[in-house]
Amino acid sequence: MSGPGNKQCDTGDGYSFAYLDEQTKRMIRRTLLKALSIPGYQVPFGGREMPLAYGWGTGGIQVTASIIGPDDRLKVIDQGADDTTNAVSIRRFFEIVSNVATTEQTAEATIIQTRHRIPEAPLQEGQILVYQVPQPDPLHKIDPRENETRKMHAYAEYGAMQVTLYEDIARFGRIARTYDYPAMVNARHLMSPSPIPKFDNPKMENNPAIQLFGAGREKRIYAVPPYTSVRSLDFDDHPFEVQTWKGCCALCSSTVSYLDEVVTDDRGGRMFVCSDTDYCNKRQADRALTTETGGIVAPDEGAKL
Amino acid sequence: MKRDLAAPELRPAFADPVFDTQAVFRTLMSAVAYPGRIFPLDRSVSAPHPLDVAATALCLTLADFETPIWLDGRASSDEARSYLRFHCEAPQTTDKKSARFALIADPSSMPHLMDFHPGDVEFPDRSTTLIVQVPSLTEGPTASWFGPGINQVIKPGIAGLPDWFWPEWNLCSEIYPMGVDVFFISGDMLVGLPRAVRVEV
Repeated sequence: MSGPGNKQCDTGDGYSFAYLDEQTKRMIRRTLLKALSIPGYQVPFGGREMPLAYGWGTGGIQVTASIIGPDDRLKVIDQGADDTTNAVSIRRFFEIVSNVATTEQTAEATIIQTRHRIPEAPLQEGQILVYQVPQPDPLHKIDPRENETRKMHAYAEYGAMQVTLYEDIARFGRIARTYDYPAMVNARHLMSPSPIPKFDNPKMENNPAIQLFGAGREKRIYAVPPYTSVRSLDFDDHPFEVQTWKGCCALCSSTVSYLDEVVTDDRGGRMFVCSDTDYCNKRQADRALTTETGGIVAPDEGAKL
Repeated sequence: MKRDLAAPELRPAFADPVFDTQAVFRTLMSAVAYPGRIFPLDRSVSAPHPLDVAATALCLTLADFETPIWLDGRASSDEARSYLRFHCEAPQTTDKKSARFALIADPSSMPHLMDFHPGDVEFPDRSTTLIVQVPSLTEGPTASWFGPGINQVIKPGIAGLPDWFWPEWNLCSEIYPMGVDVFFISGDMLVGLPRAVRVEV
């Protein structure tokens, strides 16, 4: 579709803008609007083959490609990090096929495509968070037959999911799920939040941003509109709780972020650092500034846990 | 050969289909995500009589050969029909239940909501989206809207709707997640009303 003289059309490599053809975008756009109209309901869509393997974010890429425009600024994260393989290759893909601006800063981005994390910095109205989803149906492990789970969703029969959580309590004394923790959206549809840690589940509720979920292999799109109730399943005597850590981030000393354990040598050395690299870098930069201007904290003081 | 001068003039669609539809879609998505807020379109198009700019832009952005369109009496002018046929390639249907989009230019005599397709029990997404042209989005009787996408409460004043509209809208919540979704349109402004929203008049 790139015409001569129209600079913003020019992706340089002869691709349609954002890779997908216009008919596919229109189909995905209609799907997205229905997904937003029925929060948490998985809308089937005609997922296309993308130039990367299933499992690498083909669903998220198709959603991003259908919404992105020349005025957007794209951020891509993988496990919270901007510099991991999946994030780097997807960001580069969109630089090539849509020529849009990219950023690593959460606050600057209009579209954030994510694998397995929600950024630590709160999102704002007008921002769009696109999740890559491997298995969109939270009931898949209970019954792999889609015609059955579709009926369970249609009639809101979610007792079986409560039973699996109860089995955890009977066996381990607590709900053992730590990621992909099922959540009830708008008090009606049970939703898989994609494999984000349950630490991130509370961030989905009443978020001012638009949250879109794309599953490429399973060909499902679903959404959580802004300001929508998203309740993680639990029991009165076993309320939902998120992970906590004893220490703080070794690089930025944050005590409120999600920490990754990093092995540092082969003698058992390890440290805990923020999984959200943008959040961590920003805090380190702020601290360095404080030190320069007469603050008291040295940048690497928190490095030993 | 002489050209047929009697043929109605066909207005052009978007000047830049790729980027104009992208921009219009983002406005539509915002309208669905933030129901009740008024969104102006930042792209323009020469609309066929009697369609509003925003209704025309919506059809150009979302409709194609996969989406049958139903037009009400006022909307189905020759000009509008040939425009939609040529630019969207969308089949035009007289069966409200099989329509994916319904264009309503005369809201005071619009069909009842349940005359359209509410989707199926297992596939509630297969429902009709109503595109309702109203005289004003602010000067009608105000109603309080609650639900997903709305921070606490919002009070749009959609004008020109029949008396039964809001009671029937709330009745449709009985069959949620089935139901129809609505875009209210006035000129180049639009307001989204997805089915999950509850309204108190």
